[in-house]
Amino acid sequence: MPDALGGATGPSPTNPVALTWRQYRLERRMFWRNPSAAFFNFLLPLLFLAGAGAILTGSQSDLNRLVPSIAGMSVMSTTFTALAYNIVFLRERGVLKRIRGTPLPTISYFGGVAANAVTNTALQIAIVVGAGRVFFGIGWPPHVATLIVFVLVGVVCFAGLGVAFAHVIPNFESTAAYVNAVFLPVVFVSFFVFDSSSAPGFLKTIADALPLKPLIDGLSGAMVAHAHTTGHLDALAVIGLWGVFGLYFAVRGFSWEQSRT
Amino acid sequence: MNETSPAIEVRALCKRYGDYEAVRGIDITVARGEVFGLLGPNGAGKTTTVEILEGYRTRTSGEVSVLGHDPAGRSMDLRRRIGIVLQAGGIYSHITPREALKHWASFYPHPRDVEEVLELAGLREKGDVRSRRLSGGQLRRLDFALALVGDPELIFLDEPTTGFDPEARRAAWETVRSLRALGKTILLTTHYLDEAQELADRVAIVKDGRVLAIGPPRELGVGASRYRVAYRGDGQLIEHETDDPTTLLYELTGGALARGQRLEELSVARPTLEDVYLELTADA
Repeated sequence: MPDALGGATGPSPTNPVALTWRQYRLERRMFWRNPSAAFFNFLLPLLFLAGAGAILTGSQSDLNRLVPSIAGMSVMSTTFTALAYNIVFLRERGVLKRIRGTPLPTISYFGGVAANAVTNTALQIAIVVGAGRVFFGIGWPPHVATLIVFVLVGVVCFAGLGVAFAHVIPNFESTAAYVNAVFLPVVFVSFFVFDSSSAPGFLKTIADALPLKPLIDGLSGAMVAHAHTTGHLDALAVIGLWGVFGLYFAVRGFSWEQSRT
Repeated sequence: MNETSPAIEVRALCKRYGDYEAVRGIDITVARGEVFGLLGPNGAGKTTTVEILEGYRTRTSGEVSVLGHDPAGRSMDLRRRIGIVLQAGGIYSHITPREALKHWASFYPHPRDVEEVLELAGLREKGDVRSRRLSGGQLRRLDFALALVGDPELIFLDEPTTGFDPEARRAAWETVRSLRALGKTILLTTHYLDEAQELADRVAIVKDGRVLAIGPPRELGVGASRYRVAYRGDGQLIEHETDDPTTLLYELTGGALARGQRLEELSVARPTLEDVYLELTADA
């Protein structure tokens, strides 16, 4: 082959694993360069933890509930919120369409995007666990394996739901409204309906049917010593069902480009 | 793979969106090394056609072959051999051209040297500037650069200079000419007559999803169209066609002034694509 431009480089490794890794590294770099995304996905739950933790200081049972709740909220914000935002933005800007036209394998693209979200979740959980140990008298998680299982299942569930939800959002300007219309009520119901004696029954039913409260329950069992740990399988089943629902619509409804209407 | 077979072959291509027929039986063949222009007004079906060839859209009917592949199959081999400049393709806000090119280059088995592509696209000085700080023209150059970094055999350019200032347009034309000199096959869509005339070896004029005429631009009579001078006199719209509007206007306005009249609604129009269509269809 004549090389008219005079400088083609040698073959580069184009296997899907190497490309996933490259995409992951790019996603990390882009994440840290966007301060507002880093703030919303990362600092907000931690500020929430600091604020609520300061208010609840003195009531260990409240703190025992608060810290896993913030951990659950972190899972949701680093996956559901972050992916819905990013995908709507990249779709509207035409980045997804451009990527679609290259030989980057779809699996490598989504692998990199998902690994980026998982990294954020893991960092958040580590920070929340550390803060629980240092500031809120919770100690290290007694059931690390359970913690990992719930975080992983939660990540898959909320990542799938986030990608699926991105399909519903018509344009980037309305993303905040759409995402918060889901995120805030779910967080509210799941946070404040844990004391079943004072919460109305229907709210408790709703909270139990949504994926965040079962996730918080599971994280509580894993992170707090002597928490009642019954119903892990029920909790996993609820989160899992939402996950299947989310992944199905994430794949089925996925669109690489903004509709032209 | 037969190297002398056409780069692109399209037969009786149709695309329907519900009741709307965007493409109604297009036939084109693009030889290897050729710069082929799809010329037509907005909504003619150019982008739909090109996006079918790029693998973005499925066709309703017809036969399509791109470098020996059916693009609907979205094969990896085909995607490694084509480069796409979309009409509106975005890029991450916080990436620099150099980073983007390095990343894109990693998708391809035999990429171009990143520094060289930056140079070719005229982005060397902007290589480390985040894309959100680049101008529209610089972003368009990045579009070119990203399409070229994989060293494709076939390049799709969808309205590559729409919205450019004259200088940026000329620079883009230079890039296309240098690609042509490298033996690349280029499929270009445009609604600018002069662009098709400057760049394309052959042009297909497309309107309402059909090819009206096909051939080298000069032979199609593109550029032979005349200026149209119109005004209203005695309530009637009067039109003149001329190759020399200066002289005609002098005569018309001089005559009107001498008679103490005004040339109501006087206008001078450069030949539009529509005029060429009319000429073409009248000749046919």
